[in-house]
Amino acid sequence: MALAALALVLGPLAAVGLWAGRAGMPTPGDWAAFRFTLWQAAASAALSCALAVPLARALMRRRFPGRKAFLSLIGAPFILPVIVAIFGLVAIFGRNGWINAALAPLGLPPLSIYGPQGVILAHVFFNLPLACRMLLSGYAAIPGEHWRLAEALSLPRFRFLEWPMLRQRLPGAALLIFLICLTSFAVALTLGGGPRATTMELAIYQALRFEFDLGKAALMAVAQCAVCLAALGLAGRAALAPVAAPGLGLQARLPPGPLWLDAGVIGLAGLFLALPLAAVVASGATWIFDLPPTIWWAALRSIVVALAATALAMAMALVMARAGGRLAEVAAALPLSASSLVTGTGIFIILFRVIRPEALALPATVLVNALVALPFAYRILRPALAQVEADYGRLADQLGLGGLRRWRLMLVPLARGPIGFAAGLIAAMAMGDLGVIALFASQEQQTLPLAMSRAMGAYRMGEAAGAGLLLVLLAFGMFWIFDRGGRDVRA
Amino acid sequence: MSGPDGLTLEGVTLVQGSFRLGADLAVPAGQTHAVMGASGGGKSTLLGGIAGFLAPAAGRILWQGRDITALPPTERPVSMLFQEHNLFPHLTLAENVGLALGPSLKHAGSAEVADALARTGLADLGKRRPAEVSGGQRSRAALARVLLSDKPLILMDEPFAALGPGLKQEMLALVDETLHAAGRTLLMVTHDPADARAIAAQIIVVEDGRALPPAATGLLLDNPPPGLAGYLGS
Repeated sequence: MALAALALVLGPLAAVGLWAGRAGMPTPGDWAAFRFTLWQAAASAALSCALAVPLARALMRRRFPGRKAFLSLIGAPFILPVIVAIFGLVAIFGRNGWINAALAPLGLPPLSIYGPQGVILAHVFFNLPLACRMLLSGYAAIPGEHWRLAEALSLPRFRFLEWPMLRQRLPGAALLIFLICLTSFAVALTLGGGPRATTMELAIYQALRFEFDLGKAALMAVAQCAVCLAALGLAGRAALAPVAAPGLGLQARLPPGPLWLDAGVIGLAGLFLALPLAAVVASGATWIFDLPPTIWWAALRSIVVALAATALAMAMALVMARAGGRLAEVAAALPLSASSLVTGTGIFIILFRVIRPEALALPATVLVNALVALPFAYRILRPALAQVEADYGRLADQLGLGGLRRWRLMLVPLARGPIGFAAGLIAAMAMGDLGVIALFASQEQQTLPLAMSRAMGAYRMGEAAGAGLLLVLLAFGMFWIFDRGGRDVRA
Repeated sequence: MSGPDGLTLEGVTLVQGSFRLGADLAVPAGQTHAVMGASGGGKSTLLGGIAGFLAPAAGRILWQGRDITALPPTERPVSMLFQEHNLFPHLTLAENVGLALGPSLKHAGSAEVADALARTGLADLGKRRPAEVSGGQRSRAALARVLLSDKPLILMDEPFAALGPGLKQEMLALVDETLHAAGRTLLMVTHDPADARAIAAQIIVVEDGRALPPAATGLLLDNPPPGLAGYLGS
């Protein structure tokens, strides 16, 4: 299974590598895309981490009504479809958005969300919560006794307890965010573009879809892959901390800080994260019942794609996580280096002479989504299955529980929680994915995120809003059902 | 060196990381032996080797004269009780006990399972899950499973260590009157000389990387060799 996963990643990569040789010399535009990709990813990572530190500290030292809801809110962006978040951000920060509406009476010039600043804003929206969660789990890992001891000895708590943890976690968080932003496609597609704000991922898409320049697409894909591999090599395994929820009931005792600062940080972050969601819900609610049939068909297609990708990814991840070992580790991490569009380009190159691209759209989307989700699923399932084996493996050996029986009677029931959580994450991610589908699909194969982005592009904002709300409901609903299914113990 | 009767370890060497344990001993069938020695001395390694969780680097393991060294755990004439995790938490006690009859849940409702539960004082608790009964009752359910299996050699790696002294004695008595009375051969790891005196005729001392041949319990505990004396604190 690990070999199959390797082949599925490496096959398209090899195809891309072979075609890259036919490309001409990189144009200045290609270099600009290369530079912008690195620059925006670095800026997004730095900003997200810098803002996450005060936010995590404020959340750790304050207890307030709604704190639990806030902690759930910062878990939401991970499964929030990118295109929906962008719609919400445009509603707040866009030309006709709430911010500009507030600025105009003051005589201030309007803000624009399009261009580099918009790309970075959207990336911070997605990754500030991620960085914050990684730091919160870092704070949770400091034993409560240490806080009390430091206090009793009058040691500066920041320097002795917080700083060592931050120094250990921040580089990993920054590298992970850098890696995520390197392969950003939907954000660049909607908020970026042009000579100033084109990422390599977007350049691949444009080369393939509009310039029909396979060589150039392949060359950009190779460059993209090389950059990701380099970042991945730096990040190692530390950065891929599982996306588990932070502990809630811990007794951390951070040094006190001014209330206005913490309240301000929490308030601003809360508005920044909640307002776009609120905008989607508010504007979508009136439109969701008037959606054209094309949207409903797209939704149905998305559900099928998400379920198929979940099944495929879970099958691969479960078998690989059970086996473990070096090969499985590598095969499970490798998809991080081959972004959705890189793999998509590879699949296109392999098959474009054989099959019409439109016929490929949905199968390729299923496959690519499954591959992209594999690293996350593996990281969640591997420790869970290893723990079950460590606890009950010998008992099962003794009772002769082998093969499928071992799965059915031991592994699945005992790792049910993580299995449900992983399946929920994959389903929600696949539901909201706007990547490789954009490469292949015509009107007839479009998924809900693609239909929504096309509606936005055509300024059919009501339709986009309704589709956005539907998409959020479907993505969160899928996550909820799977995650819930994992929690219900056999009655 | 030893007859074909019971368990024989012939020049067995077990290796776990940098730790090595040598064992050359025989345990007659139908007897109860205690295994004693300092923590980390290799008691669990010894049992793991006999149960088949750890392949010996050298030597042979025989049961009734038959070489079982290469058999997987489930095909050995061995049933082992661990310190914990002896019951699957998502299965009822009856389902757990029924696994002794085969890797399937279909045995849970059988008369044999009901009988094994009754003999361990769990007659009405078959439908409960481990988390819904007391620690002592969980130990009883684990015993019931071992009792129901037809394995003649029982290895116990301190399965009652987490129980209070009263419950532990109760369990030892139950072991004695069920497993021992049924003619099973028992190897029981323990830290407590009183456990050994209660049900073990012989003691296998594990120290300095060696599992020593069994010695009579009373004699050994009354005049312990230096290593064991230091461990016992006597």
